[in-house]
Amino acid sequence: MDLLSAITIFVLAIFIGFEIITKVPPTLHTPLMSGSNAISGITLVGALLAGTTSLGQFFGFLAIVFAMVNVVGGFLVTHRMLAMFKKKG
Amino acid sequence: MLHFLTCFLLFALQSPSAGPVEGSHTPAAESAASVGDVPGKAATSQGTVQPAPKSPSESTPAKAEPIETVSTSSHDTSRLGYLVAAVLFILGIKGMTHPRTAVRGNMLGALGMLLAVIVTLLITETPTWVIVTGLLVGGSVGLFFATQVQMTQMPQLVALFNGFGGIASVLVAGVESLKLGDTDERVGSFAAAVAGLIGAVTFTGSLVAAGKLQELKMFWKPWSFTGQQAVNAALVVGCLGLAVLMLFVGSANWVFWPLIILAGVLGVFLVCPIGGADMPVIIALLNSYSGLAAAAAGFAIDNIVLIIAGSLVGASGLILTSIMCKAMNRSLANVLFAKLGPTADGPSADDVYEGKIKATSAEEVAMLLDGVNRVVIVPGYGLAVAQAQHMARDLANFLEAKGVTVEYAIHPVAGRMPGHMNVLLAEADVPYEQLKEMDAINPTLNQVDVAIVIGANDVVNPVANTDPDSPIAGMPILNVYEAQTVIVIKRSLSPGFAGIPNPLFAADNCLMLFGDGKEVLLDLITALKEG
Repeated sequence: MDLLSAITIFVLAIFIGFEIITKVPPTLHTPLMSGSNAISGITLVGALLAGTTSLGQFFGFLAIVFAMVNVVGGFLVTHRMLAMFKKKG
Repeated sequence: MLHFLTCFLLFALQSPSAGPVEGSHTPAAESAASVGDVPGKAATSQGTVQPAPKSPSESTPAKAEPIETVSTSSHDTSRLGYLVAAVLFILGIKGMTHPRTAVRGNMLGALGMLLAVIVTLLITETPTWVIVTGLLVGGSVGLFFATQVQMTQMPQLVALFNGFGGIASVLVAGVESLKLGDTDERVGSFAAAVAGLIGAVTFTGSLVAAGKLQELKMFWKPWSFTGQQAVNAALVVGCLGLAVLMLFVGSANWVFWPLIILAGVLGVFLVCPIGGADMPVIIALLNSYSGLAAAAAGFAIDNIVLIIAGSLVGASGLILTSIMCKAMNRSLANVLFAKLGPTADGPSADDVYEGKIKATSAEEVAMLLDGVNRVVIVPGYGLAVAQAQHMARDLANFLEAKGVTVEYAIHPVAGRMPGHMNVLLAEADVPYEQLKEMDAINPTLNQVDVAIVIGANDVVNPVANTDPDSPIAGMPILNVYEAQTVIVIKRSLSPGFAGIPNPLFAADNCLMLFGDGKEVLLDLITALKEG
């Protein structure tokens, strides 16, 4: 992927983000933050690709652990919060 | 749950993909795969790693053949998977626009993450044991935190998770900067530098923020020193300078590590002076940074799903930041750089409170509530600490049964993160219609018979309107002092997060009901039932 394509995708994704998120009501700000926080754990994918060198393995391992805490913890905590909203139906 | 599933699938998928796929080593396959997501390739000259205990077969072909790559079809699959994952993230966040679809939205997001991980396992050359151990350890820790932490500690937990995401991006960028060391991939190195810079600021900044929210002594008070802004500016210039060095000089990738240290210090210096009602702003901003760090890491390792997901989160955090700033009528620059914390020449608590505080009892308040028409409940962080949200709802239900109109006035920055009070009251099954935003309820507060403030302080402090030198000057507040009578339920006269006294408590129409929010409300309900 060339740099310009990457930048194009980056800019368009930011616009999509702005468009969707301005519609989120204040009531859901906390779950939105914690849920999007979990999504930012996507860096886990980068960590999984750390490679085979000893340094790569070492840093990769740490990165996997940290990112995984972010991902698993983030989604579960968001779910816990949202479950309370759901009750009202 | 998620990590168990992940690990199960990981075991199922890892075996055909990681090791013996060298049958597809055509030049075409290599060139097609060379677009970046084969990070192991650049480094396989040092590939004589110790055999992994669980899959010794992996390292053997690496010794035999210096260049090992994964089949083209795996790469196509992974890219397709990333596309689907990105769509799931977008649908997931879209689901967050309504409480009814929010649970499903969050699950779609998690599904997207699971998919992104699985298709990555198809192409990764990282040893299986590193991956499995990492996923298990991180997943267990995340599971533990997520299930054991109380609702009131949610803000610091979100901050902590945020910091972990930041440091993960730093490490990913660090690995990439090592790989790109002497290559002419200068743009990639620069992206790694940017990811490291933002990620490190996110990491240390989030840790300090979490420490503040946990009210750890060393972080509790806003802290700053003379010339801090000059130092911060110098740190920013230094970081950017090192990043530019990495852009232009092939052999300069080692400066990544000093860059990280500078950025880490910058993160501490940026967040330490922040306090008071500004916490939700910095939490939202750090949330945005963690996304931007992931996006920058995506540029560095040339991975599309990191770029998309990261920029979505970056945009989300920026919008929340701007909403929070508007709620305080301040600019982001003002929140970040204005001097905060109690001013030395502000009035002391004794000056404000001396001889003017009227303490009351549950029985007295019960009598006061007899025959009123309209009651407004103003929840604050103290409500969360006392876990009094269910009692507040019981009180509201009791009053409503007697024909009283009850509403809740929610300040946008009440609590310690955006939407904090809404989550708590949702936990207590308070219906939406009763939650009123500040702008909606302020004009009618002068028609309220009784305003019951439960554990709120700074967001009802009239000093924000009257004293331009106060740390919360200019912040829109809930004008509860306009109500006929104000009942403040609070443990003591201790100041709120901003660390300043509140003249409301000394006002003529204000009665203090001291005690733990939950117990006091229980007494109040009992007194109402008896009366």
